[in-house]
Amino acid sequence: MKPNYLSGGVFLVGLLLVATAAAMQAQARPSPPAPSQTAPPPNTPAKASASHDADNGDLIFAQNCSRCHRAPESVSPRIAGTVLRHMRVRAQLSQTDAEAVLRFLNP
Amino acid sequence: MARLAKAAALALAVISLAKPAHAQDTPLISGGAGFFSNTPGGQTSYLPEIQPVLAAPIGKKFLIESRALLSEDFFPNPSVHGYDHAEFIALQYLQLDYLASRHLTVVAGSFLTPFNVFNERLSQIWVNPFQDGPLIESIADFSSGTSLGAQLRGSALSRRKYSLDYAAYFSARSSNQQFNAGRAAGGRLSLYLPEKRLEVGASYTRQLQGVHENFYGAHAWWEPKDTAFRLRSEYARGHHAQGYWVGVDYRSQAFGGLDSWVGRIEPIFRFQQTFRRDNAASDTLPATNTQRADFGLNYNLPHNTRILTSYSRVFSAAGNSNLWETGIVYRFLFPTWKGK
Ligand code: HEC
Repeated sequence: MKPNYLSGGVFLVGLLLVATAAAMQAQARPSPPAPSQTAPPPNTPAKASASHDADNGDLIFAQNCSRCHRAPESVSPRIAGTVLRHMRVRAQLSQTDAEAVLRFLNP
Repeated sequence: MARLAKAAALALAVISLAKPAHAQDTPLISGGAGFFSNTPGGQTSYLPEIQPVLAAPIGKKFLIESRALLSEDFFPNPSVHGYDHAEFIALQYLQLDYLASRHLTVVAGSFLTPFNVFNERLSQIWVNPFQDGPLIESIADFSSGTSLGAQLRGSALSRRKYSLDYAAYFSARSSNQQFNAGRAAGGRLSLYLPEKRLEVGASYTRQLQGVHENFYGAHAWWEPKDTAFRLRSEYARGHHAQGYWVGVDYRSQAFGGLDSWVGRIEPIFRFQQTFRRDNAASDTLPATNTQRADFGLNYNLPHNTRILTSYSRVFSAAGNSNLWETGIVYRFLFPTWKGK
């Protein structure tokens, strides 16, 4: 291991972090609406209902799901419960959170 | 092929067994289908892959889940001045989950080894922003990534501001071609702060066959609130080698949201290093100390499709090299049968 590689690597990672932090800063918005990266496109039922439950489901998706992957474009109501059960094992959702996500996926 | 037929028959049996308790509990098929190419040192290989998942609830508390990986590798063979190909089929997991309570799920069967998190979270091709896994991917799992035995997992504590998750497992030794696993035991503990979107965790595994070796892992994942930025990292240490990777991916929401053409662009970067501690290699890490930087640019098309491209530069005492990778991945998800 040549030490200059190591420091070079650490430098590169650092540089990238600073750059992304700056980019995030630049686009940080003061009022946090439901994070749009988790909102499904308009043709899915989840967004059509702007109910409190759906909003709450949005937040729960952001907090519990989006660290691993983004939401699919749509989820058939017939499998919403199955998805939740599957993801409960992966993501350790509590029962109440699982119900909120269920309403978000399939209001 | 016979193995595949057996797996398919099993899948069908499961589907017909699973009488959904509710209409929303219909068994599902999901997964990824991709076409990849990689060019190390100027030689391009092509790799079509399909990685289907089956999840079938049984009653109110059980779930059967399974995943297979089918691929065909087309690689250049200089001796015939053309391409050769090799088929690869593996059942990656086939497990029964019993959701005993919110604090406990009991898993039996063959499951992805809960050591660190890449294996459980990013080894699905539609999830991973990169085409390949990190160099330390298979340090502690006998290179199959699958264990055969039982696992207890769940949320030990769950509050609004934090949750503490655990997984503990035991695996028997199996040389069955389909359920290849080593005798081992271990577990993982992770702390997640939902408001900060920060997760840190530690893993441990002990091999219980041959030389009883210990493996240690740690991970830190962070997705700052209201951003589509993610930082993921893992460290793993075995008796003979250790290494880490740090990866970031980002999508901009500043130009009309994630579904605008700018928002669909996803720059990704990963840096990894591996270190040999001695030459008695019992793992699959590179034989010499290696550093690798992966620069990538993905594009997320509508309809659950993603284009991946990346360039990697590998530095090691065995020589430096370049690696180019491109691919397209489609994510699918549908019920096993159409409903009313
Ligand atoms: C710990 C990481 C993780 C978290 C958190 C997570 N998922 Fe997943 N999810 C996965 C993985 C990995 C797969 C692919 C399964 C496979 O290939 O084995 C997946 C698959 C899916 C699928 C495809 C259908 C299926 O069941 O395979 C859907 C839909 C889904 N997740 C929704 C969600 C929702 C909703 C949440 C939040 C409640 C969530 N996920 C949280 C890792 C995660």
